[in-house]
Amino acid sequence: MQNLLAPGHRACAGCAMPTTVKLVLDAAGKNTIVVSPTSCLEVTTTPFPESAWCVPWIHSLFENAAAVASGVEVMMKRRKKDTNVLILAGDGSTFDIGMGSNSGMFERGHKVTYVCYDNEAYMNTGVQRSGSTPFCAQTTTTPPGSCSMGNPRPKKDMPAIALAHKVPYVATASVSYPVDLRRKVKMALQANGPAYIQVNAPCITGWTFETGTMVELARLAVETGLWPLLEWKDGNLVGVKKIRRPRKVEEYLSLQGRFRHLFKRPEGAEDLRLIQRLADENIAKYHLVD
Amino acid sequence: MIVKAGKLVDPCSSRVTETGAWRTFKPVVDHKQCIKCSLCEIYCPEGCIHQVRRGDRETLIKYGHDKEAGQLAPGDDFLFVPDLTYCKGCSVCAHECPHKAIEMVLEEK
Amino acid sequence: MKPSNMKVLEGSHAVAHAVMCCSPDVVSAYPITPQTHIVEHLSQLVADGDLEAEFLTVDSEFSALSILIGASAAGGRCYSATTSQGLALMYEVLYNVSGMRLPIVMTVANRALSAPLNIWNDQQDAIGARDGGWIQLYAEDVQEAVDAHPQAYKIAEDADIRTPVMVCMDGFILTHVYEPVNLLTKDAIKEFLPDFQPAEILDPNNPMTFGAFADPSTYTEFRYLQMEAQQRALDRIEKVAQEFAETFGRNYGGLIDTYHADDAQIIIVTLGSVVGTVKDTVDALRAEGKKVGLVKIRSYRPFPVQALRDALKDAEAVAVLEKDVSVGSEAGLLVDLKAAFYNSNLRMPIIGFAAGLGGRDITVKDVRRMAELADAARKGIEAEFEFLTLRKEIL
Repeated sequence: MQNLLAPGHRACAGCAMPTTVKLVLDAAGKNTIVVSPTSCLEVTTTPFPESAWCVPWIHSLFENAAAVASGVEVMMKRRKKDTNVLILAGDGSTFDIGMGSNSGMFERGHKVTYVCYDNEAYMNTGVQRSGSTPFCAQTTTTPPGSCSMGNPRPKKDMPAIALAHKVPYVATASVSYPVDLRRKVKMALQANGPAYIQVNAPCITGWTFETGTMVELARLAVETGLWPLLEWKDGNLVGVKKIRRPRKVEEYLSLQGRFRHLFKRPEGAEDLRLIQRLADENIAKYHLVD
Repeated sequence: MIVKAGKLVDPCSSRVTETGAWRTFKPVVDHKQCIKCSLCEIYCPEGCIHQVRRGDRETLIKYGHDKEAGQLAPGDDFLFVPDLTYCKGCSVCAHECPHKAIEMVLEEK
Repeated sequence: MKPSNMKVLEGSHAVAHAVMCCSPDVVSAYPITPQTHIVEHLSQLVADGDLEAEFLTVDSEFSALSILIGASAAGGRCYSATTSQGLALMYEVLYNVSGMRLPIVMTVANRALSAPLNIWNDQQDAIGARDGGWIQLYAEDVQEAVDAHPQAYKIAEDADIRTPVMVCMDGFILTHVYEPVNLLTKDAIKEFLPDFQPAEILDPNNPMTFGAFADPSTYTEFRYLQMEAQQRALDRIEKVAQEFAETFGRNYGGLIDTYHADDAQIIIVTLGSVVGTVKDTVDALRAEGKKVGLVKIRSYRPFPVQALRDALKDAEAVAVLEKDVSVGSEAGLLVDLKAAFYNSNLRMPIIGFAAGLGGRDITVKDVRRMAELADAARKGIEAEFEFLTLRKEIL
């Protein structure tokens, strides 16, 4: 395994993001240019004069990674280089503020692989709600209280947005299925156009869970059906990872501080049922359980 | 350190920051239990678990395993060894090891 | 002196032709009146094979300039054009480009800012962005706008400068006018402007990190380096203008230009296309025996402090005319000029006028009135700053 993300970076101990990045870079290889928006990834890896990146890397702004990557891709094409152009971005940039740039990049058909490590909130700025924050999750801008049960909105369906742009390769992945993740990155890099992969990346600081359990949590997210592992090529669903040991959503949610209020308050029971329904809908829609 | 126009930074230069200073618990690998599945190497967020030849004392010492280097039974295999210069003690490796070969031990400094 | 290549064509087309001659690698722009014809013409040049560049039709001005950050960092010569709302939308990216020291050249077809919505010319957009770290060159007519583009690349790409450049031309007035223009040629510009070969680019063979964050212990020094570079640009702008004049026979002054300013008692200071109207007014006033002159600012950033002090030192009153206001204060150029003079021993009255906002015409009559007010100010300033052509009857 080649480690193209050097140690000495400032990510929290037990964070899924550097593991994800390490695996993605291992699949992509040295002949890769990485573009990142402002994010946990960017600030933990590049405090001047240090950088954890062993491949060429560029950061510009929060909402323009896809645009910057488009410019890089255009120059690689112009110079007839087969260098991979890879975006490594958090969900805040991907789902919300970067939506315009992303849409433009997808629509123009640049050969750029977009990997979103999704920790389901604006973690870099202190755990605020993003478009990718799941229903009922506690964040600093959707705190539970006497008038609130946490985030009132469902998670934005970003893979569907990519598919609507006719992105030739779209996939969801998880840090807990590293072989699947690496394979999907390799498939994405071969796509004849843009590719989008969304990776579930548990955040110990934002979700609050027992240290060392980030892989276990990511696995549970998949096994409840809340994070199905899917793969689309040219708009067709070609890959579905079946759940071997189906779990109830409580087994996943109860391990996280950000859902604690659902278990402590009587109103939480109804929300837990709603979340179970979301999981069941995924299981039915994608035939996740044999 | 010289401030360069345009803020370009050398690659892999984060290695100067020895994040091993962060940890409270350190991973101790029982190499007899280890089945060499490499999941610890795959999951480590620091990328600081390496495959080291059993007889490579120099590397074992470089990674902070002075005592162990002298105590290992002889053999020709590769061992999975955490680099204690960078290990933050997050315990993902210990949690994921399918053979429970890694124990998190309170580190006395 | 190169042979003449004279054609009558629209200002936008002439600028697009000039950009083509600079052989950019990537053109990335979003349409906005009155810049549209520049970009449309560039796309036709690409479609016809005359311009061999990557041409991107993008999703917003913000993306347009962001795309060029990636392309420039990967070693490409880059071009964009915008105005008004588009420049405002790019505001964040402007600072990012200049901070990352990427030598992008962008035409700004100066236009008023909303609200109220107005598509006509004024200079609020670029003057409002004067702190963004870009060099700003203002063109008086189409020929100057054309000639400014290869000069802009030469200045920007200089290893000691590495600062992006805005070429400002008044929207509609210069973009949509038809004028006889001496067109450049690709071969001539290839001699004048060397290939863009930056020392470090995004390259897996030399993997550098671009855009690290700088904490309080180093951020100041990065800003200082930018200021230093613009100081060096004062000299560079002059030199490049001279080199251009030697090759092509046309000179607009480097940082500033003057017209009947040597013995003038009243000097009008301004920038952009209104210079033509002021020159006409100066001619008329001179014919009446009045000693009026003009100092035209070509480089607004870096601000040519010494050149202005030298040119204005013998004036008895100065009137500054500009197409912007700084609400809550006065106006950009006026404030910069007064600041440049305060610590010198020059003490003539300097009064300022905002005119032409939202595309309102500035006539010779208006400029005459301004000269009269400046004349009166020699005996004492009544108003330090005013709207020159305010329609009091509709207030």
